[in-house]
Amino acid sequence: MSSQASAEKHAPAKAEPGKQARAVPKIEVSPEQIAYANLLLYCSWAGIGMLALTFLLYMSGLLTPFIPASEMPLYWSMNVHDFLAETGAPHGWGWLGMLGHGDYINLVGIAFLALLTIVGYLFLLLPAYLRKKDWAYTGIVVAEILILTLAASGVIAVGAH
Amino acid sequence: MLDGLILKASMLMEMANSSQAAATVAEASGTGFPWWVWPAMLLVTCFALGIMAVMAGVGGGVLFVPIVGSFFPFHLDFVRGAGLIVALAGALAAGPGLLKANLANLRLALPVALIASTFSIVGAFVGLALPADLLQIALGITISLIAVLFIFSKNSEFPKVGEQDGVTKALKIGGSYYEPSAGRPVDWTVWRTPQGFVLFIAIGLVAGMFGLGAGWANVPVLNLLMGAPLKIAVGSSKFLLSITDTSAAWVYLNQGAVLAIVAVPSVVGIMIGSLVGVKLLAGAKPKIVRTLVIVMLLFAGIRSLLKGLGY
Repeated sequence: MSSQASAEKHAPAKAEPGKQARAVPKIEVSPEQIAYANLLLYCSWAGIGMLALTFLLYMSGLLTPFIPASEMPLYWSMNVHDFLAETGAPHGWGWLGMLGHGDYINLVGIAFLALLTIVGYLFLLLPAYLRKKDWAYTGIVVAEILILTLAASGVIAVGAH
Repeated sequence: MLDGLILKASMLMEMANSSQAAATVAEASGTGFPWWVWPAMLLVTCFALGIMAVMAGVGGGVLFVPIVGSFFPFHLDFVRGAGLIVALAGALAAGPGLLKANLANLRLALPVALIASTFSIVGAFVGLALPADLLQIALGITISLIAVLFIFSKNSEFPKVGEQDGVTKALKIGGSYYEPSAGRPVDWTVWRTPQGFVLFIAIGLVAGMFGLGAGWANVPVLNLLMGAPLKIAVGSSKFLLSITDTSAAWVYLNQGAVLAIVAVPSVVGIMIGSLVGVKLLAGAKPKIVRTLVIVMLLFAGIRSLLKGLGY
């Protein structure tokens, strides 16, 4: 059995006075990995900022919610099926038609965060693996895009319990 | 003057009705608190969870569902929906640094993420179809087992890796990262990949069913079974959560199981808590915090179990 890595724990050499510290070797990271990282960096915090803003709109009442926040305690202990039946709240992509309401506009930020992976796969990883003719990972990326799109589409539903 | 008196009386009646309505809502909800207390407490609780998660080296997701599900009045459907959004947000925010340092590796993460994300959808549907009391029992047992896993698991910094299997060779899973303790880049690879894939089926199912982040399971499988160095296992695990949780989060979102009043304070609280936790990490005693987290998980797991059994 071979060892995983021949990394032994050495204490890094102390820089002698007057001499430059040893430079940290550059690790090669694939361009698509860097591009994907940048997508997540900027967009994830933008999404979280969006959530904070829309929540303020909701709580302040500047946008009238579909269900007043003060009435939520009547419903939030119900299971989701009873909640939808009692309130007439939308499911699937129905919330897109409710963006004028303070509670449902928050789903924009949530959907934005949930879409980032699909966007990264479709526009960054897939072209990169196609260019490299890395067919195994092209297949993996395509399969993942299909799985996530199926989940996002809402075509599959579940019955009440 | 009479008109003025009538107007004032009407306004007072209006206020009385509003406060009566508020009291009725509070009473009907069974909590006795005004409605805004619960989202505010959720924000504060998640802030604390964010700090503790960083210091204990666990994901916030595994703490969120059992604790919020046990101690808050929200139905488990909405807690799980929020839990997935919390875990997703955390993974998306942590991903960039890990990817750039090559501590999260796409060649390792993408195949396992495909498996876990597929089965997290199945898990989400199963979870939303099961009765709440059954789910509470299952959640209680799972959380208690996770706590036990945290107690007994000993991760390996540089596991021994045997002969590469066919899948590892075909997918060319491996890479390199800079290890400060060695002062140089470290090359790594994995083995027992087919066995790892099978376990990721179970991980995806559990993550989707309970709305948990799956880091507590990803890391041992990647590190102890597949032989990835611990830093690669932790980094890749955190990154692949962003993919696994995306698929399950969409299921909950489409089923109407994501409530802004639960999800948003949770996400904001835990993200700010994580940032503070990173600052406090240098002076903290991680072992004490980790012990506290394990105790909290055991308590929440037992409480969830008892809740499911009707106690």
